Amino acid sequence: MDDQPIFQCKGVSKAFFGIKALDNVDIDLRCGRALGLIGENGAGKSTLMNVIGGFFPPDAGVMLLDGKPYQPESALDATRAGIGFIHQELNLFPNLTIAENIFIDDFPRRGPLINRKSMAERTTRVLRTLGMDFSPWLKVERLMPGERQMVEIARVLASDARIIIFDEPTTSLTAKETEKLFVLMEQLKTKGGTIVYISHILGDVEKLCDDLVVLRDGRITASGLCGDFSVERMVSNMIGRDIGSIYPPKKNIPGDGVALAVRNLSQSGIVNDISLELREGEVLGVFGLMGSGRTELMRMIFGVDDYESGEVVVGGAAVKRSNPRDAIDKGMAFITENRRDEGLLQSFPIVDNIDLVYLRDFVHPVTRLVNKKKVAGESARIAGELRIKCASVDRQAVKSLSGGNQQKVVLGKWLVKKPRALIMDEPTRGIDVGAKYEVYNIINDLAAGGSGVMVVSSELGELMGIADRIIAMSRGEIIQAFERGEFDEEAIMRAAFRVHGDSMRMGSAK
Amino acid sequence: MSAQTETKTSIGWRGFVRRILASEFFVLYLTIAYVLCLSPWIPYFWSIGNLTDILSNTWPLLVIAVGQTFVLILGGIDLSQTSVLAFASIAGAALTCTHLEPYIFEKCVMWGWIVSEDGGILAHGMAGLVLAIIVMLCCGMFVGLLNGISVAVFKMPAFMVTLVTMMMFSAAALYLAGSENIMHLPDEFVILGDSYELISVPMFIAVGVTVFAHILLRRTHFGMQVYAVGVNPMASRISGVPVRRIIILTFVLSGLLAAIGSILYTARFEMGRPTLGAAMFMDVVGANVIGGVSLAGGKGKILWTIFGVFFFVILANTLNFLNLSFYTIDLVKGAVIFGAATLDVVRGRIAQAS
Repeated sequence: MDDQPIFQCKGVSKAFFGIKALDNVDIDLRCGRALGLIGENGAGKSTLMNVIGGFFPPDAGVMLLDGKPYQPESALDATRAGIGFIHQELNLFPNLTIAENIFIDDFPRRGPLINRKSMAERTTRVLRTLGMDFSPWLKVERLMPGERQMVEIARVLASDARIIIFDEPTTSLTAKETEKLFVLMEQLKTKGGTIVYISHILGDVEKLCDDLVVLRDGRITASGLCGDFSVERMVSNMIGRDIGSIYPPKKNIPGDGVALAVRNLSQSGIVNDISLELREGEVLGVFGLMGSGRTELMRMIFGVDDYESGEVVVGGAAVKRSNPRDAIDKGMAFITENRRDEGLLQSFPIVDNIDLVYLRDFVHPVTRLVNKKKVAGESARIAGELRIKCASVDRQAVKSLSGGNQQKVVLGKWLVKKPRALIMDEPTRGIDVGAKYEVYNIINDLAAGGSGVMVVSSELGELMGIADRIIAMSRGEIIQAFERGEFDEEAIMRAAFRVHGDSMRMGSAK
Repeated sequence: MSAQTETKTSIGWRGFVRRILASEFFVLYLTIAYVLCLSPWIPYFWSIGNLTDILSNTWPLLVIAVGQTFVLILGGIDLSQTSVLAFASIAGAALTCTHLEPYIFEKCVMWGWIVSEDGGILAHGMAGLVLAIIVMLCCGMFVGLLNGISVAVFKMPAFMVTLVTMMMFSAAALYLAGSENIMHLPDEFVILGDSYELISVPMFIAVGVTVFAHILLRRTHFGMQVYAVGVNPMASRISGVPVRRIIILTFVLSGLLAAIGSILYTARFEMGRPTLGAAMFMDVVGANVIGGVSLAGGKGKILWTIFGVFFFVILANTLNFLNLSFYTIDLVKGAVIFGAATLDVVRGRIAQAS
């Protein structure tokens, strides 16, 4: 196509709380090309997209659309200008139908009434281009996460956007859905559409994109043709150093003492007769597919959810059922899969989040008053140790932190006192390479200090990198345990797909 | 760039307005500004008589509103406080009154076992009075316990639960008293509402309660957990906060403070009124909202409630001077609460932007 960029950012800067989230950023978008935008969490990708999307104005710099100044004041302005967003966090209304979700901001009308027929036709057409064969009147709550993501994509396609920004679109997609999405993106490009693709999966970026921009700390550290970048070069530009290895060298030696024991835990329809032991100083990986009961099991062990029979023992004492406080008092700690809704008090600053768990250990024995100074000092110390990047530990709300830093705050809550047994459900989901490495380091240190750490992950590679032992779960049962010496990707995968007592049935389970 | 100096001053002026708006003391400034603007028109405002009146209206409302503040921070609402006022008032007055007219009360359900011609069964002696006051406090805590258990254990919406208990206990108060005011309270009780010009017994009680509430909310781990549950109950539970206990205790506290408010009103009016507080709910919630306590939970301070109560009482007081009708006063009060809620959103944005 021609050389005239359809969209330009020139010298865009934006600061929050005095910290520069974007510093003099220039980007050019051209018709029929895909720009890959990569960087660690907190590098400024989301801020840049929010500036383009009209959520807040830049402090400095200009944006040009078709060579004319572009100053969006709301998300609607961006949509009208032909810029569509596909968000990483789903913004759908589960209680409405697919068609209603797609046309929520612009219902086709006949006179004063909504034209349902036209809605249905247009929805079906868009769904078909995505290879989805659903009724337009199906409620979104009935869809799987991946299918919901496709609806989100359909919404943007239906709006006839010229520039489409994909923000981590594949995190909840299955391999097949991802493949479909990539084909679709190629089609969009040949039709002259412009794509911005944001992802942590660098292989996909390499495959899909024509141009590349790497952000670090709000600044562009590298840009150019995507073909000129290898994955290694992308990573070193992102984190500003070469990565020696993805996983830190193991420091812990599993001991003989039992940190946590689960005996014959059952809850009908979810988990069946689970028994396991987590040793002191051990990192135990729990691997299973979606629906294997791994998350539910962790929630029962910690006492968030109830179970019918069985028992959980920590440090020799049985833990009360369905009572997180008792679990904590016995030395357990828990990092949930859903840090946004269950891990954090979003509108509260870092210190108040960190001190919540052990607040009562800072209560004066006679006056019953909390020693606020000591609590804040302790929390600030942990925030510093974990190197949480923030403007202020006692004023800035955690919701304004990046994903990786938020996860560190959740971790920090449990580090005020050394936990005997720490359970982590998907501790590195949605956080970048650098932050992942830091989380692995923390796990490593905790285990080396004698704590038992149980990690649930859907990334087998990660578990093989950090665990001393991996147990594979399928359909609510533990199928097999693997010691570190005998880790074998294929064997563990096979176990995760297997039904207990059954012969192998590969591939059919989901 | 020649206009730079001009923009600078305008930023300075704007910055000033922003600072005022974002300040914790905003409502206090507003109150002072309001009084200063109005006092030329209402010279009587500064008279000892009027100031005494304002303060005596402030203290009970403050105690009750502080109880509501806890529930609002928790993300709930307590509509039943007004019924606690009436119910506790009737209970306390019936137990302690020294004399009752048979021709009025003969048919009421309490006649013959709790009350008689010679008054209530706890009518005489200091011990009886203390016991009666404990009964009043227990009435409030009982209603709160009922609310708290329904919300925490049975997961019912606070609005619905407290609406129902409000209906039940308001009706119970009317039923017990046979829709009559119970007079002839003993002097020892009435002392609790006494005042000498600006200094009064309710002042000491209200200030004591408020200071205690402030310390409870800001300096104990109970208070901090109330905030946490108000922001995110699930995250709180996983962090080991005993969410159910916190919810129940908060509602009990709200009922208890409503009962203290009831004692102050009953003593001041020198009677038990079955309709006490019937129209007060908007005053209680209004004072909180004006102060800046969020109905969405997780945000609020006792200090804000104090400012809100003062503003509200002064507003009502001055409106009375303007010779407005009862309805017009409510109209203005409603508009002010609406304005406060709107302003709260604006202030939130300013606080976020800075």
